[in-house]
Amino acid sequence: MSVLEQHPEEAHHEHPRESFWRRYVFSIDHKVIGIQYAFTALFFLLFGFTLMLLMRWQLAYPGRPLPLIGGLLGAANAPGGIMLPEFYNQLGAMHGTIMVFLAIVPLAVGAFGNYVVPLQIGAPDMAFPKLNMTSYWVYLPGGLIMLTSFLLPGGAANSGWTSYPPLSVTATIGQTAWLIGMVFLITSSLLGSVNFIVTIIQLRAKGLTFMRLPFFVWSQLVTAFLLLLAFPPLEAAGVLQLMDRLADTSFFMPSGLVVAGEVVRGAGGGSPLLWQHLFWFLAHPEVYVLILPAMGIVAEVIANNIRKPLWGYKALVYSVIGIGFMSFVVWAHHMFLTGMGTTISAFFQFTTLVISIPSVVILTALLLSLWGGSIRFTTPMHFALAFLPMFAIGGLTGLPLGLAPTDIHLHDTYYVIGHFHYVVAPGTIFAMFAGIYYWFPKITGRKMNDVLGKIHFWLSFVFINGIFAPMFLQGLAGVSRRLYDGGEQYAHAQPVLHWNQFMSYAAFLLFAAQLPFLFNLFWSIRKGEKVGDNPWEATTLEWAAAPSPPVAHGNFHEVPVVHRGPYEYSPPNDPDGFTPQHAAPQAG
Amino acid sequence: MQIPYTVAERPDTGLYNAKLGIWLFLASEVMLFGALFSSYILLRTGGGEGFLLGQDELNVPLAFVNTLVLIFSSVTIVMSWASLRLGDFAKYRLWMGMTILCALAFMGIKAVEYGAKFEHHLYPSTSNFLAIYFTLTGLHALHVVGGLIVNGYLWGPGAKMFASDPQRFINRVETAGLYWHFVDLVWIFLFPSLYLL
Repeated sequence: MSVLEQHPEEAHHEHPRESFWRRYVFSIDHKVIGIQYAFTALFFLLFGFTLMLLMRWQLAYPGRPLPLIGGLLGAANAPGGIMLPEFYNQLGAMHGTIMVFLAIVPLAVGAFGNYVVPLQIGAPDMAFPKLNMTSYWVYLPGGLIMLTSFLLPGGAANSGWTSYPPLSVTATIGQTAWLIGMVFLITSSLLGSVNFIVTIIQLRAKGLTFMRLPFFVWSQLVTAFLLLLAFPPLEAAGVLQLMDRLADTSFFMPSGLVVAGEVVRGAGGGSPLLWQHLFWFLAHPEVYVLILPAMGIVAEVIANNIRKPLWGYKALVYSVIGIGFMSFVVWAHHMFLTGMGTTISAFFQFTTLVISIPSVVILTALLLSLWGGSIRFTTPMHFALAFLPMFAIGGLTGLPLGLAPTDIHLHDTYYVIGHFHYVVAPGTIFAMFAGIYYWFPKITGRKMNDVLGKIHFWLSFVFINGIFAPMFLQGLAGVSRRLYDGGEQYAHAQPVLHWNQFMSYAAFLLFAAQLPFLFNLFWSIRKGEKVGDNPWEATTLEWAAAPSPPVAHGNFHEVPVVHRGPYEYSPPNDPDGFTPQHAAPQAG
Repeated sequence: MQIPYTVAERPDTGLYNAKLGIWLFLASEVMLFGALFSSYILLRTGGGEGFLLGQDELNVPLAFVNTLVLIFSSVTIVMSWASLRLGDFAKYRLWMGMTILCALAFMGIKAVEYGAKFEHHLYPSTSNFLAIYFTLTGLHALHVVGGLIVNGYLWGPGAKMFASDPQRFINRVETAGLYWHFVDLVWIFLFPSLYLL
């Protein structure tokens, strides 16, 4: 309460004052929940990144003590500051888990979706505000369980983020914590996805038909359907693996399995492949959960900064729906090496190539949109423009992985790591940065510093490529992705081994390049340049119809009515150069 | 500003928010149980002769009674909703009360069944069939408990809303009923696929 009293200007006059807890902690306002998601997810993004920095030291200098922080990791993990292989495995498994489930998805969906979607569709809040709060408060314990699992005997989960059995079933207790944490995260995303779909379908403002929705809303709608329908099979798989670990069942355990000289308890007769099917049935749609909201953000930022309508809005919408459907029938392209049979492999090769078509349509439409635009090179536009070639590299390097003959050579090498990191890191994360710089004035009424933003962009752009581009070379040489020493012991890795140090330095420098961003973020909240309600001269409702920051509990001063599509930039008869979606049509 | 369509139907979709929400939730539940049923099929077809160890021990008559109990409870929850629509609160209480009793009866019979298995030293680890049996029926029982809590709330403290906001309360009973039908439906798949086939 004392915090509120010191800052009376923060109290809104329209509503009776809420208690501190109701307003900032257990808030049911989608904007506050969005910000809670944003900060929590950014924390996990940074944490997952630091796990990787530890690993990169080990890869660059195998067996040498970590400088400065080596002593802090504990004798169980790094005696004398030298990382143990067991600890390396924990870092790898948790880096993947944290980045995917605790950082990117909560940032893309929980933060951006929560804050922006109700505003863009002219709604006062999400359809179920209390459910929205519950989503966050189920997500956070899930994250804390994952974090604290490092303190368990044997440490955190160490069977990779994919948790393949039988290894994961016989692993240390950290794996149980991982499964319980996942149950929390899945529940959270289930509640969230129901909320998003209902909100988008039911709470659209008058006149906002489906083909007038901003593309970002479309991307969130399809993403929510993926979360809704793809996550439950992983929940089922998680339950089965928990049973295997705790009740000695054998869902994933084959007969007569011997581990460390002892026959594993239980009836046997299970199928390790079953886990892979259930896991990838989620995890491939999950890839599109990671990328679709990013495409949505990039489309918004590009449309706003080229000052003309997006090229091929309908093609974008149909493509994103097509990706949504197809993403459910491509999962086994992760399993070409499992011996599941050439007929099944042929089917999944076909679907994998089919799904690349709508992805290319989206990228092409965004690229063609640039043609003839009077582009404003703002900081968010830098990140959005960089997204296009970075995602293209990520996508095109995926083609050889979608075809079984080439995948057999490349599977589980650094090539795969390079491929999906190009999609998710300079792809999705750059789009997230674009979104942060773009919507920051909406949230605070202030702009982030442009010079610092551009420094952040150029340094990040250079260093992130320095990390991931050499991975293609190492992968093509056949270096496996899970080696504790980065390939030092292997003859075939020697010609590409020198890249390890190069990549590690790029990673450390990438970390340093985030410091201007962090400073900019917190500094601009209080000290950034003050701007009006619509500093980017945008047409969509969140900018054009709502104040910055929007009204607490309700968003709009009056309910907007929509008269046109989302991107009416530079219309021939509007002297302003843009016509907001809710501007009343002129007579004649 | 109020959130629209919490009670009234949106004209172009014909749905109030919670009704769409519960259907979406049930869609995800279909995927959850669908994955488990698929796992059962895959394990059973690939499991060889030893897989079915323990199926003979299942108590078909008890499970049949349980099937009837759940089907009957699906009828009673519809009657409770219909009574509310007709404005007969006393009958609502009666039918909803019967639904709750049915759920309790189901759980009681289930407990007897589980107890008999444990007495004969039949555990999830005994065979993969029993593993899938305990996992699927256990997860279903958790859903029954969830329904019990919701229906119990709507029967007891939650029923006060009928006086203050009747349409909203009727909607709540309707969504609870949709969920309860789903729980019933899952059992209707579980009974033949575990006990009879």
